[in-house]
Amino acid sequence: MVSVSININGKVEMPSVEERTLLVNFIRDNCRLTGTHIGCDTAQCGACTVHLNGKAIKSCNVLALQADGSNVKTIESLIQTDGNMHPMQIAFNEEHALQCGYCTPGMIMSALSLLEMYPNPSEDLIREQISSNICRCTGYHNIVKAIKSTAVKMYSAK
Amino acid sequence: MYSFKFHHAKNLVNASELLAGNAEAKLLAGGQSLLASMKLRLNNPSALIDLKALVDLSGIKISPNEVVVGAMTRHAQVAGSIEVQNAIPGLHHLAGSIADRMVRNMGTLGGSLANSDPSADYPAATLALNSTIDTNRRSIAADDFFKGLFQTALNDSEIITQVRFLIPKRSAYVKFKHPASRYAVVGVFIADFGHEVRVAVTGAASCVFRHAEMESALIKDMSINSIADIKTPTSNLNCDIFADEEYRSYLVTRMAIKAVEKINQL
Repeated sequence: MVSVSININGKVEMPSVEERTLLVNFIRDNCRLTGTHIGCDTAQCGACTVHLNGKAIKSCNVLALQADGSNVKTIESLIQTDGNMHPMQIAFNEEHALQCGYCTPGMIMSALSLLEMYPNPSEDLIREQISSNICRCTGYHNIVKAIKSTAVKMYSAK
Repeated sequence: MYSFKFHHAKNLVNASELLAGNAEAKLLAGGQSLLASMKLRLNNPSALIDLKALVDLSGIKISPNEVVVGAMTRHAQVAGSIEVQNAIPGLHHLAGSIADRMVRNMGTLGGSLANSDPSADYPAATLALNSTIDTNRRSIAADDFFKGLFQTALNDSEIITQVRFLIPKRSAYVKFKHPASRYAVVGVFIADFGHEVRVAVTGAASCVFRHAEMESALIKDMSINSIADIKTPTSNLNCDIFADEEYRSYLVTRMAIKAVEKINQL
């Protein structure tokens, strides 16, 4: 067992973990933040997507020790100070961009980092860039719509 | 995943010492292939030596003849570099086509080359661009580096520090990608240096290889017609549930044709 220190959503967590602990297990089991999901466990489906020092990564394919001393943001960080949902979450709701919802936390964390790189993405670019995340309800049309409408809302004012 | 010890390497010397003292240890660069194989218990290192703190190994430098990329440079950095795009468009495109955005934020050039996965993208660019792989011990020409399935010329305690890619006149990389992992089922990198054309094929065989028949055809005539009828012998090609040898042989020619089309549009 080794100690690890990770700032998760603004709170520093310092439990002792086994060296082989994956970041996603650290988030879910040690921090009890279960919004981040484990889907394929092979870095293909993207359900476990979180932000590590501001960059989207697949937390099932990273050791907790690799994030030692880093900042991690999960889906739980998106709640607004007034208690409302984040604009991306509202857009997913409005556009019916989820059915079972299992892929949704990863989709949203992936989509937010996508918009940071490409504030005004075309539909083709969105489709290419979210191929990192798999939705087995195959609701991609509405997911693309939700990301596009969020881009318009979040970035058109800038 | 089996248990292992974990070391944060402080610097290159420290990493080399840790590695030399433990034959079963492995270096951890980005971990995007290594951790996946450890989860499947295909890899069972006694210790991982994390190179994250070796910031000197990360970065991109451009000289008139070379693009020099540090071993710990993430794929996303190369894919996001306008300087690389201007110097070697094929390399820039390749980096942006590796896996997906999340994997590119973790995966590193050095990790990809040291692993030498038969379907990895970077070996194709490294071989086609007549690159030199610098380690903490020596410099290795790309032609001497890739030795076989997950095999390289690296010694036990040797660490890649940077790769020097020669800047060609024109270059292009085209791959037929696996739809989930985005690995190259077959990928072809063509580099035109004027006096020489180099064609490197990844994904098709146990290890990246140069396609001599295509190279000699393309140096005479950089056109689709000069390679359209070239058939790659199937005897050494890979066969898996995604593509058999015949199909991979077909894909080598198809991807090469598309790469020539791209080069001729530059």
